[in-house]
Amino acid sequence: GMVSVSMGRKKPCVFCTRCTLTHEYPEYVKMIEVGPRDGLQNEKEMVPTRVKIQLINMLSETGLPVIEATSFVSSKWVPQMADHTEVLQAIHRSSHARYPVLTPNMHGFQDAVAAGATEVAVFGSASETFSQKNINCSIDDSMLKFEEVICTAKQQQIPVRGYVSCALGCPYEGPIEPTKVAEVVKRLYELGCYEVSLGDTIGVGTPGSMAKMLHYVMEEVPSSALAVHCHDTYGQALANILTALQMGICAVDSSVAGLGGCPYAQGASGNVSTEDVLYMLHGMGIKTGVDLSKVIEAGDFICKALNRKTNSKVAQARSKSS
Amino acid sequence: VRVFSFFNVSPVQWLVQVGASAGKALPQRVKIVEVGPRDGLQNEKTLVPTEVKIHLIDMLSEAGLPVIEATSFVSPEWVPQMADQVEVMKGINRRPGVSYPVLTPNLKGFQAAVKAGAAEVAIFGAASELFSKKNINCSVDESLQRFEEVTKAAKEAGVRVRGYVSCVLGCPYEGQVSPDKVAQVAKRLYSMGCYEISLGDTIGVGTPGGMAELLEAVSREVPVDALAVHCHDTYGQALANILIALQMGISVVDSSVAGLGGCPYAQGASGNVATEDVVYMLHGLGIQTGVDLPKLMDAGAFICRSLNRKTSSKVAQATCKL
Repeated sequence: GMVSVSMGRKKPCVFCTRCTLTHEYPEYVKMIEVGPRDGLQNEKEMVPTRVKIQLINMLSETGLPVIEATSFVSSKWVPQMADHTEVLQAIHRSSHARYPVLTPNMHGFQDAVAAGATEVAVFGSASETFSQKNINCSIDDSMLKFEEVICTAKQQQIPVRGYVSCALGCPYEGPIEPTKVAEVVKRLYELGCYEVSLGDTIGVGTPGSMAKMLHYVMEEVPSSALAVHCHDTYGQALANILTALQMGICAVDSSVAGLGGCPYAQGASGNVSTEDVLYMLHGMGIKTGVDLSKVIEAGDFICKALNRKTNSKVAQARSKSS
Repeated sequence: VRVFSFFNVSPVQWLVQVGASAGKALPQRVKIVEVGPRDGLQNEKTLVPTEVKIHLIDMLSEAGLPVIEATSFVSPEWVPQMADQVEVMKGINRRPGVSYPVLTPNLKGFQAAVKAGAAEVAIFGAASELFSKKNINCSVDESLQRFEEVTKAAKEAGVRVRGYVSCVLGCPYEGQVSPDKVAQVAKRLYSMGCYEISLGDTIGVGTPGGMAELLEAVSREVPVDALAVHCHDTYGQALANILIALQMGISVVDSSVAGLGGCPYAQGASGNVATEDVVYMLHGLGIQTGVDLPKLMDAGAFICRSLNRKTSSKVAQATCKL
């Protein structure tokens, strides 16, 4: 269901002349928590297994419906995720939540299933150069790998989520054509991903480029199968998320305490903070099923463990107010 | 890594047809009111030498900002940071076409300001009775009467007056604030002669729904052309709130270079939204501001060095780390 939170009346989309979309907001937004995987993977500090497990358990208590638990990538590439099997087996799985894990290929997929994974994710790119540099193969070749994983997953009734990185810009190629993004998203969707998350990997997007990209993508894939994964490297994440909501997207990726810096701009921020997203959504009357104060607690916990300050402005404000 | 090239990329390359034919378009141009030297510095702990203030203002003039709030003619007892008000006014290099408003809480301050060469002044009302009492020691009505003295004198002297309303989306003492109350205060300031009313989310608690509701109420009493938004980023909501404001026809935005000026009500939390981040969003949307972002960032880097503090601007953080 859609709710008209602001303005009280429908308006044509202000971002382009062709949309007939209206400025209504979803009643409910699904939050996909990527802190334990995307977040921790991009933190310098290595985190002990028991800390990861406790973090995930605390996040389960908040009501978050999806918590990306770990990554079945070779520990050579991502040492931070070397304890993937232990983590997946030790976490307490809430009946209200799902725990997808990253699986870049069949090998990782098989390990994940053996460890008890009930949902997996594959990671594509809208940029050829990024694909080459990140996973050492072309977009086309990566799709072949994913096809293998997705087909096998389907047989075992394991849902697969797709990610497309560089949706609003690439650190190597610069601007990325929205039509290219749409093409890659479509491929993942047609291969069998139930949802595709559109990642602004370097956080360069702004509401205009977000709207334009979504416009093209939504011509190929329904909005109900899309999510946005905005990085806050340039402070644009919440504005971009708001834009996505206005265009009918109702699934948002975020990371507790804004864990996970940007690997392409050292010291700069990366993932948007779950707390800040929740604050905005709840303020707008949009339901998420998530308890913000419990997320703040989880954020406090992991920041202490990482010996770092939170990136969440909401957490900062709450902890400092008299 | 070529991310830096994004700044040299013309906004047109990122631009979507910003609803030129959709009617309810985003503004083509936004006036940025730079409050760093006054609102920013006033809320910084470190006292800043006069020559640093002057140099900052001169750098901001060079960056193309059309309005730069220079100082405050408040008694130095209350605001020691602004004790050098006369010296600053006389020391700055006034760029033709740029406005340098100064705060004047009462007639005495106004007279001192005009004597020091001010051509534009600003008065500060509140939408909350408790806030008014605690901040300037009188009721909202009493403050408006005081301001009427200023606007009368200003009219006679041919000096423009800008009005501010604080606590428009919430008060640190009263909590929720009624949009109608804000509208009433804004209307009075407008009728007594303020050419523009800046609506301040003083504690940064607002979210897009509340912002839209507020603007709907206020724009019934004051033409939208005469309204500005002054969003605080204490809860990370500023850019999202500014975006909504733009969608509702607002085309004047207050911000502070490097996000200077913490929140006095949540110690250590952030306050003003960073001008760099606002400009990044606006330029990404293809909206003109006349601001040279690299020069603006230079000004931010300068003042942060002088204050021995890190910038609060994400754009600045991202850029200097490459």
